[in-house]
This record gives sequence, C-alpha cells and structure tokens, in this order.
Amino acid sequence: MVVVALKTEEEKQQEFLARIEAGEKIEADDWMPEEYRIALIKLISMHGISEIMGALPEKEWVPKAPSLRRKLGIMSKVQDEMGHGQLLLRVAEDLLKPYGKNRGDLMQDLFNEDLKFHNVFHMETNTWADAGLIGWLVDGAAIITQTNMLGASYGPYARALQRICAEEVFHAQHGESIILALAEGTPEQRAMIQESLNGWWESLLMFFGPASSQTTGASKQDVTIKYRIRTKTNEQLRQDFFDKYIPRILSLGLTIPDPTLRYNDEEKRWEYAQPDWNEFKKIIRNEGPRSQARLNLRRTSYEYNAWVRDALSAVIR
Amino acid sequence: MSNERVALKELLFQLADDDFLISYRGSEWLGLAPHIEEDVAFSSITQDTMGHATMYYNLLEELGEGNADALAHLRSSAERRNSVLAERVNGEGYYMETPIYDWAYAVVRNYFYAQAKRVKIDSLRESSYAPLAEGAVKVSMELHYHLMHWRTWFTQLMSSTDEAEKRMTNAIKLVMEDFGDIFSYGQYKEDIESAGLIATEEELTKNWIAALTPVFESLGLAVPTIPAPVKNGRNGEHTDELDTAIATLSEVYRLDVEAVW
Repeated sequence: MVVVALKTEEEKQQEFLARIEAGEKIEADDWMPEEYRIALIKLISMHGISEIMGALPEKEWVPKAPSLRRKLGIMSKVQDEMGHGQLLLRVAEDLLKPYGKNRGDLMQDLFNEDLKFHNVFHMETNTWADAGLIGWLVDGAAIITQTNMLGASYGPYARALQRICAEEVFHAQHGESIILALAEGTPEQRAMIQESLNGWWESLLMFFGPASSQTTGASKQDVTIKYRIRTKTNEQLRQDFFDKYIPRILSLGLTIPDPTLRYNDEEKRWEYAQPDWNEFKKIIRNEGPRSQARLNLRRTSYEYNAWVRDALSAVIR
Repeated sequence: MSNERVALKELLFQLADDDFLISYRGSEWLGLAPHIEEDVAFSSITQDTMGHATMYYNLLEELGEGNADALAHLRSSAERRNSVLAERVNGEGYYMETPIYDWAYAVVRNYFYAQAKRVKIDSLRESSYAPLAEGAVKVSMELHYHLMHWRTWFTQLMSSTDEAEKRMTNAIKLVMEDFGDIFSYGQYKEDIESAGLIATEEELTKNWIAALTPVFESLGLAVPTIPAPVKNGRNGEHTDELDTAIATLSEVYRLDVEAVW
C-alpha cells in the first residue's frame, strides 16, 4: 500500500511563508493561500481599474491643453495610464482564473460598485493647473506607494510595477513641467496653482489611506505587509511623500493649506492636520463629487460599445 | 506674395488643419474606446497625428506666418482650411459630460481619412518644396500603421454581425456626405497644382479609389462615389461644429495668449 503523504493546509501555509521570507517570487500558477490570492486580487484589480478611471479626470484637459507641445505631452501621459490599466488587469485576470472570472466581470464589479477606485479620481478638475498638479503630486504619490511594492512577493505584479514606475517618473516630470511654467508665469497663473494645491491637499493626504484600520473600520495594510507585498505602512509612505514634496512645494513660493504643518525634529516626522476621514469613507463609497458622473461615463460608453464587442467575438468565431 | 508662396502656404494650412482637427476629435475619444487595447492604440494614432499637424504648423512658422501655437489655437473657423470631415463631432453630446460616440463613424471616418492622407503623403514625398517632402517621409512611416489599423477594423466590422453592418453602412453614408472637399484645393487649385507641390485633385482621387477598390471588392461592394462639396472647408466654409471645437481646444490658451504655458 502506498501512503501518499498529503500536506496539510497548515504545512503548505508554512512552506509558503518560508518561500516569501526567503525572498522567492510567487508566480501565477504556484499554490498560494486563499487569503493571499484574495488580497492580491483586491489590490491589483483596484490598482488596475484606478488607472483606467484615473484617465477620466485628466482626459478632461487633453483637448484643452494650451499648446501643441502640451497637447502631445498630456495625450501620451493619459495613454500610458490606460496602458498600465491593461497591464494590471491582465495580472488580475490570471489570479481570478480559479474563480472563473475575467476582465468583463471586473468591469461589471466596477459598475455594480463592488470594485472601488482610488479616492483622488473621484474629485473635480477645475483648471489646467489641476492637470499639472495631478501629474506632479498625484503621480508623485503613486510613485512612492508603488516603489514600496517593487519587491512584492508576487512576481507578475512586481514586474508590472517595474515598468509602471519607470513611466510614472516621466509623468511626474510632465506634471512638474506644467507646474513650473505656471509658477514662473503671470500672477493669474501662480494663483491658479495655489488654488489647485488648496483643493487637492486633503485628497493627497487621503491618497495613502488611514494610519490604522481604526480610522475607517477597514485597512488592507496588515495583510499586505504580512505577505511581503509591501513593506511600509500608510503613515510611513505619507511621511515619505512629505519629505520629498514639502520642500519642493515651498520652493515654488506656494503655501501649504495647513497652518499646523511642522517638522518635529525629535521624532523626525511631520505633524499635520488630519484630513476628514469621514469624507474619505464617503468618497470611496462612490459618493465623491465626481464619482457617479465618471462611473456613468464609463458605463454609458461600455454599454454603447457593446455591439462592437459582439461583432468582434462573431469575427473570432 | 508670389503665387507660389501663397499656394505653398494654403496647402500647408490645409494639411495642418486637417490633422489638427481630426486629432482633436480623436483626443475626445480618449478613455471611451470599445476596449482598453483599442484605447491605447487609438491614442497612439491621435498623438502621431497631432505630431504631424505640429510639423506643418512649424513649417508655416518658418515661412513667417506666425507662432505655431497661435496658428493652431487662435485662428477663427473662417480662416481654417481643414476638410469638413475632420471637424465633425464624434457623436452626440459634449465630451465633458456623457457623450454618445459612434464607433462605426470613428472607424469609417478614420479609415477613409487615413487612406486619403496616404495618397497625399505619397505624392508629397515628391514635392517641389523640400522641407515638405522630408516631412512626408517621416509621416509615411507612422501612417503605414494607422492605415493598417483602420483597415482591419473596417473589414472586421463590415463582415461580422448584421447590427455592425447596418451601423457601418450608415457611417459610410455620413462620412461620404462630407467627403467632397477632401481632395479639393479650394480656390487655389491652379496655383497649388502648377507649383509641383503635390499631385492634382483628380490624380489623388483616382489613387484613393484604386487603393480602396480591392478592399471593397473583397466585401462584395463598390467604392462609394465622392460627391461635390456642400461646404468647401478649403475655402473657409465650415459647420458650427468647428466653432465649438476651436472654443474648446483654445480655452486655456486664450486665458492669456502672451503667457508661457
């Protein structure tokens, strides 16, 4: 009689944790704990769909960009974001296979409001300075959170992030170039950036998420740290963002709309006024200023183009 | 200004405004294409096309017509020389709200336009104006992919579901209604043609039909007839769809035309 020594779930879990602790990369077809797979699906599908929803606020400024050069620059930037979305949704699709789900299902999850998108993309854009500020500071914040995951234990995601981060660096430069032109421009142009910064500051703080799950009742940061998908906490990332960008913002002669902001020399950290986390909860429930309008735009174009997808699958058959 | 100089300038405005406006319409589609891969591809074509417009506006700037950005953003619709087809809206609704854009129209317009551009560019490679001939070589390489892209969409959607065929047939009708001025040089026809800048209107038309014939034959169809223009964009005759396009694309630039953006 052959005794097949089936590993218990517990043993598999232990081996898995040992692999990632040894710095090994997990690949799409490897065994993985359900908790890990679900955390990755949530993270990557939300990241992917946020890139796609994130194209919409900036897209508002593409036709209006104020020179031929800027028109070319912002078109290319928004195109990259769609490309990132495509890349990430492919990674998410591989993870979804055991559940028999695909990209179409993710779109439906977005439309049903089960799949959320990043808080910053729920906000209004009011002027050209917003288009610059998104590139400079929102993409700058994204670089900080994504660099933190470049060593992620899940190989396909880590590799996608390599490419995404390289492009995000260009985006931040594109945004910074728009902001610098305005900063060196007329008083009206300078006022435009200050107003934009005032409007976006809270959203930028919220971008990194609450410091702990007590704030909003839920946070994925503990499980993603446990599985070495990321290394730093939300608050550490927010502090990294302050370290990098506060000096740059001030050097342009701009005022940060937080009179309590100060650097605590002893604790080596920035003290700042908390954003309204209740507002954050509303935004990520799709109750932000432009949440429904943008979802609606995506739904309408998806529905209206259904005949194209039908026609293409008929050609493939 | 000599006749040749006027002819050159007019032709450059026609080429520049065509690519500028159709690229503008492409940019309104951003984020709304039928699938993500198409969004990336269409956007890439739109960028190339904006790059081509920029090249023509730069040639005009070099000829002393003024700053390229001002030429692109500030000229009124009566001063524009693009074809009416290039200025047409993508469908109903403003792009900032929830527009209903018609993919069949996008495919047919862009395919027929890219093919028209192909025959023009082939001819411009032999242009008597060397900077234009050099520019045409660069455009040519990118245009190759644009044309292949739109031809693929066109043949696939024309040989698929009944609904697709119905929508495409309707789009062909709409596009052809505006096709009358595509190969027109307007009131400067004689000067442009005699300067050796580009082939004659008749030759370009003939080449366009010849290029489309095998594609249409494979679908069991005849190449549609190009009508006489109702409005001739080459003479500054346009629809009010161009006025709204200009207002949008220059909204920020006009806040301060002296400022650096």
